[in-house]
Amino acid sequence: MATQALTTTVPRRGRALAGTGGRTAALFLVPFFAVFAIAMIAPVIYSLVLSFHSQQKSGLGFGEAKTVFVGLENYVQVFQSETFVEGIARLGLYCLIYIPCMVGGAVVFALLLDASVAKARKLFQLLVFLPHAVPGVIAALIWAYLYTPGISPLVQALQGGGIQINFLDAHMVLPSIVNIGVWEWTGYNVIILFTALQAVPREILEAARVDGAGEIRAAISIKFPLILPALSVIMLFTIIGTLQLFTEPSIISKATASVTSTWVPNLWAYDAAFIRHNLNQAAAASVIIAGLAAILSLAVTRLSSRMNKS
Amino acid sequence: MSTSTLSRPRAAASAHNAPRRGGSNRSGGFASKLTVNGLLIIGSAYMVVPVLWLVFASTKNAADLYGTSAYALGNFSLFENIANVAKQDGGLFFRWLGNSVMYAGVGAVLGSLISVMAGYAFDKFQFRWKDSLFGFVLVGVLIPNTATVLPMYLLASLVGMTNTVWAVLIPVLCNPFGVYLARVYSSSYVPAETLEAARMDGAGPIRSFFSLGLPMMMPGYITIALFQFVGVWNNFMLPLVMLQDQQLLPVSVGISIWQGYSVPQPEFTPMVITGSLLSILPLLVAFIMLQRFWKSGLTAGSVK
Repeated sequence: MATQALTTTVPRRGRALAGTGGRTAALFLVPFFAVFAIAMIAPVIYSLVLSFHSQQKSGLGFGEAKTVFVGLENYVQVFQSETFVEGIARLGLYCLIYIPCMVGGAVVFALLLDASVAKARKLFQLLVFLPHAVPGVIAALIWAYLYTPGISPLVQALQGGGIQINFLDAHMVLPSIVNIGVWEWTGYNVIILFTALQAVPREILEAARVDGAGEIRAAISIKFPLILPALSVIMLFTIIGTLQLFTEPSIISKATASVTSTWVPNLWAYDAAFIRHNLNQAAAASVIIAGLAAILSLAVTRLSSRMNKS
Repeated sequence: MSTSTLSRPRAAASAHNAPRRGGSNRSGGFASKLTVNGLLIIGSAYMVVPVLWLVFASTKNAADLYGTSAYALGNFSLFENIANVAKQDGGLFFRWLGNSVMYAGVGAVLGSLISVMAGYAFDKFQFRWKDSLFGFVLVGVLIPNTATVLPMYLLASLVGMTNTVWAVLIPVLCNPFGVYLARVYSSSYVPAETLEAARMDGAGPIRSFFSLGLPMMMPGYITIALFQFVGVWNNFMLPLVMLQDQQLLPVSVGISIWQGYSVPQPEFTPMVITGSLLSILPLLVAFIMLQRFWKSGLTAGSVK
């Protein structure tokens, strides 16, 4: 301690705090990096290793299985699997419907909430945030019941109006699961966007009003561009979250046969590991999902930084 | 002290907003007022109605559930349903709830402390490879959790840790996004001068963290802990993969098992519905009580 005090009496520029070198920092960082190593780094490395190996049984399948290095063979097999490719395509379609609906809905609702004529903003914020307090499993369960004829007020009301929809048939089940995601996440993002809107300088809006811009015009050409940075963060987390799609389809799969055990890539990986007992293919699928997340989040970050510059 | 530091950035934002809100803009006519608020009501109804349905449905027994109109009250069987939930498998449901509280509680309290310490170090200390280490953390934010679950299960089975509480507890301590948030909070709520003064008075870095830094960051700590709690409470794939013993399951996985039973045995349905309601009540209460904290957390996360 004494030596530390001595050395730090010399004023040193460019240091946030004197006497806070590597050793002290390590004390604060070690707990985090220990769990980070266990929960992030080790699984990623291990799944890379697994994905390049395969279990092969000798001869007639008796005796110990041997682990053999097979290069990219698992990846080739995963990509040749029809169910996996279908799952990727389905996830892509899910993203194409879900992201515009959810993000668009959140933007519109946040702008409405920020409109000068809006009432009871606090109450509305609390109400739209409500679904976020409902765990994904429970949200999927609630909607599964709301989609089930005989129990659902929704189906009943539609039938009363002469509309017959089976929310859980092969065509409708994808939009039905999109709806669960929209219900879970829109409100959360409304709050983020509304907070960003509150930081829009009043002078700019005042000037626009003086120039004769109406409320809708101001929302589109002034407020919207100013919340683009918040929007790009939302896009980033939405894409990462969407790739993880697992809970909702796995709950819905118990209510309908339209959702198969390999419906999206994550379910495919789960099925590979626990039903087909092919851990190496499961690992390869996990790596592919993580790789997709990396590529897409890089693309979103690039795009948003370019947009912010221009 | 801590509350005033928390409200500083938000007060600045609302200060110049106040006149706009204060009705200087009365140009919007009755029609636009009706449209805007009408749309807000429709949007909120979409968010609220499914939860309301859950409340109504949990007051019905199996016959009424399939027989009566959804928002009509049948025979009021809420307490009967709760009793059935409590009776099933010797009170297993409450065991699940307790497990969820334990997993989420430990994850929130301890996991957030770990994140806050790391975020504080990234903000206040100088050390080698600081930027690259922080870059590592940010990459961790971007890796989908579900992609690490399967390999983590395989690793856990190598060391014989599957089907133990540790298989769930250790992974949930890792919250890279919490580190990122903590760094933001540390730089806005803990002035370097205060720590410098503490050092002059002879306090070591650990002492000044626990007696100065952490209390000043307390609102941030609570925010990170709240989000961590919700994240762990909602976690489904990790416990589903790691745990086989029904006694160790959190309520999310437990309920999904009951849902599986209810397909061949419809008399399970009221229990699934009532159990779902019981399992979201703690979170609803926490959210309403801690509104201030989740709002500030969402702000810090998006502004960066």
